[in-house]
Amino acid sequence: MATDHSKRLARWMLAPSVVALLIWMIVPLAATIYYSLFRYNIQRPDTFEFWGFKNYSYFVTDPAFWISLMNTSLIVFGVIIISIVGGTLLGILMNKEFYGRGIARLMVIGPFFIMPSVAALIWKHMFMNSENGLFAIMSKLVGAEPILFLNDYPLASIIVIVAWQWLAFATLILLTALQSLDQEQMEAAEMDGASALSRFRYLTVPHLMRPITIIILIETIFLLAIFAEIFVTTSGGPGNASTNLPWIIYKVGRQSFDAGGAAAGGIIAVVFANIFAIILMKVLGKNLDG
Amino acid sequence: MGNIVLKQVVKRFGEAEVIPPLDLEINDGEFVVFVGPSGCGKSTLLRLIAGLEDVTEGTIEIDGKEVTYAPPAQRGLAMVFQSYALYPHMSVRKNIAFPLKMAGVAQEEIDKKVEHAASILNLANYIDKRPGNLSGGQRQRVAIGRAIVREPSAFLFDEPLSNLDASLRVNMRQEITDLHRELDTTMVYVTHDQVEAMTMADKIVVLHAGVIEQVGSPLELYREPRNRFVAGFIGSPKMNFIEGPAAEKHKAHSIGVRPEHFEVVKKGGDFKGVVLSAEHLGSDTFLRVKMDDGQEILARGSGDVVVNYGDTVALKVEGKIYKFDDQGLAI
Amino acid sequence: MARSTTTKQKIGWTIIVWTIALAIFFPVIWTFLTSFKTEGEAIANPPVFFNFDWNLDNYKIILAGEANYPKSLMNSIIIALGSTLLGLVFAVPAAWSMAFQPGRWTKDILMAMLGTKMMPAVGVLMPIYLFLVWIDLLDSRIALVVILMMMNLPIIIWMLYTYFKEIPKDILEASRMDGASLRGEILYVLVPMAIPGIASTMLLNIILAWNEAFWTIILTTTSAKPLSAFMVEFSTKQGLFYAQLSAASVMAIAPILIMGWFSQKQLVSGLTFGAVK
Repeated sequence: MATDHSKRLARWMLAPSVVALLIWMIVPLAATIYYSLFRYNIQRPDTFEFWGFKNYSYFVTDPAFWISLMNTSLIVFGVIIISIVGGTLLGILMNKEFYGRGIARLMVIGPFFIMPSVAALIWKHMFMNSENGLFAIMSKLVGAEPILFLNDYPLASIIVIVAWQWLAFATLILLTALQSLDQEQMEAAEMDGASALSRFRYLTVPHLMRPITIIILIETIFLLAIFAEIFVTTSGGPGNASTNLPWIIYKVGRQSFDAGGAAAGGIIAVVFANIFAIILMKVLGKNLDG
Repeated sequence: MGNIVLKQVVKRFGEAEVIPPLDLEINDGEFVVFVGPSGCGKSTLLRLIAGLEDVTEGTIEIDGKEVTYAPPAQRGLAMVFQSYALYPHMSVRKNIAFPLKMAGVAQEEIDKKVEHAASILNLANYIDKRPGNLSGGQRQRVAIGRAIVREPSAFLFDEPLSNLDASLRVNMRQEITDLHRELDTTMVYVTHDQVEAMTMADKIVVLHAGVIEQVGSPLELYREPRNRFVAGFIGSPKMNFIEGPAAEKHKAHSIGVRPEHFEVVKKGGDFKGVVLSAEHLGSDTFLRVKMDDGQEILARGSGDVVVNYGDTVALKVEGKIYKFDDQGLAI
Repeated sequence: MARSTTTKQKIGWTIIVWTIALAIFFPVIWTFLTSFKTEGEAIANPPVFFNFDWNLDNYKIILAGEANYPKSLMNSIIIALGSTLLGLVFAVPAAWSMAFQPGRWTKDILMAMLGTKMMPAVGVLMPIYLFLVWIDLLDSRIALVVILMMMNLPIIIWMLYTYFKEIPKDILEASRMDGASLRGEILYVLVPMAIPGIASTMLLNIILAWNEAFWTIILTTTSAKPLSAFMVEFSTKQGLFYAQLSAASVMAIAPILIMGWFSQKQLVSGLTFGAVK
């Protein structure tokens, strides 16, 4: 609702962003598709030749690919479950009346603001190191054998490190959502004879469905792309035990210099992310309305 | 000067025609009120005049100059918004000075004009406060002050009193009327409240679904409504409409009687029925009466009428009976 | 009004919640403590918590710049601020346009912008890498500024959009009636009114850019390396120096941690695109 003049202006104001994002999306994606159809090693540019879908078939017949797909999913699901369940519990706890609420709150949400490379470093060296890490020192103190976290449980260790950060995120969102829960509604339910448990079930949970959905969507975007944590801790190993999709593509591209293969992997990652997104929207989309 | 002429103005939002072809002339110095139920297009009409919306077809002239496609600032109008639309980050002084600053007026001149506006509207006590710290009535005055300094050829008011409480509204109504007398400038005022329209206007424009139902002075509209809609909209409480045999007796599809034109009588009368409720206000008594055929009537009696729920009363018409045909037009 | 809890209950909750909160935050506390220890104290068995000789040597060593830490710190600041400011230049007009002059496609454009966030970075890694090699901008701050700006642009636009939506349209129309040009309307009326929203948008974007650890790692080698990439390498070269590692970590995370803490309320509505307030 406005005049033609202001509408025209508005379109001009919007254009730069839309055009920039379109270019940012389409040009590299098209280039990735193009490269994925060629044999192209960066170090031997003379070998550039059309390969059709060979890059794809090489990529998907590599056993490491299927492991990485599995690991990617495990990271996404693992972290989401830990952060949602933990975040709900923590949110409820933090919403109680107690002394030093503000400071406790800051400590719980703190990990979210820590840069992933540093978070991974701290956990790897200061806690999970089998010689001098705090866990190892504690084990030795009680006379137990130190656990080789990154060797024996590489994927679980990475999930713990990542979950530590995203638990803080989920708590931050859920606590805010809980604070906006209508107290009068709660009291009305209490007058109606609803028990604490059924108040949680019928009032709190529905109220949290929308923020939980948003947490899942946002976390999925970031968790599909976990990279620095792996780079710092396990480099995808031992073997391929903690290799995820971004890591395998990085390895193919930057370490083997196989641009064609990495491009094919990139397209597969895009397709995978979109399948994930479509499933998520199908399952959770209704929670976003209204 | 402040003479506004709308010729064959049409406004469509996509498919929806909000205002079908409409002609209207507002004379210099007039206080014109657009009144109608919500969604009747009165605010849209005001925004067309302001230049905040484009007309789809037709032309708008201000002081004989065509401004149909001129941007709002070049039309020489000032507007007071329903929400007052004050700039929250500026003091009252800066708010009022803003249009002058935009027009590139010299600071000295700005100060003088702001002082003048502040003295007219009694703003001096809070001139350096921000709008957030003011009451509704004070904000209203600031919004008017901001309009005054532009020395517009006409003021546009978009439901300016609807956010005030009842007693303040009566005061502000009086103040705006006084201001109009003082400035002698054209004012176009939009409201859904027919009381505001009746008390303030020189000329009322009754709108319904984008169509002008009637234009006239308050008493013209009260006495000679052109159709059932205007008859029902102007006057409070609403006019009673009665159909059936009672109307046929007057050779009309329906007849209308204003509540204040009934008299409660012991015997005889034109209508008879059972009292559903009786509100004794002291000065007046409002009776809701259900007639034998099921139609309800609201009647205003004098303060000393003593009737109660369930009593049977007779009502006599002591005033005009309005007659309407089956199209709702006055006969 | 909520019922008041008894003091006893309150003490009980205090103990429970503080235990959990301290456990969650412990890695950061431990890193902070370690940064003031000597290397020997850092790996002492049994571990020492407070009874050690507090000193600032680690910070001095790191800032002395042997490992180019100061340069990376500078890079981080330039890249985070640069991408944020550049993003605002694009986003403020776009958000103004969609918030106050919505058209038939506004909702779809907003959703499509979010959709671009579903595109994994690895999907476009190769062409962007090769393109930067080609135009000789690999390992340059300008490349990272632009890329991080593009990454976060949808979020900036969304955040500003939700903030702008809360500003009454009437006020902008009033300024138009008062004779303000589009520039005047945005500069004198919209921006001053939206300062809190713009500030928290900037904060969130600085946090995201500062912590970004995919493009920064892959696209830098030496000169443009920000802290997030620098720290990765720090581990491989000097992993055993726990106290130094801690000091470097504390300096890398402290500014963002503090910013994050101060703006947590606004960040929630920004991060959830206004859906949770």
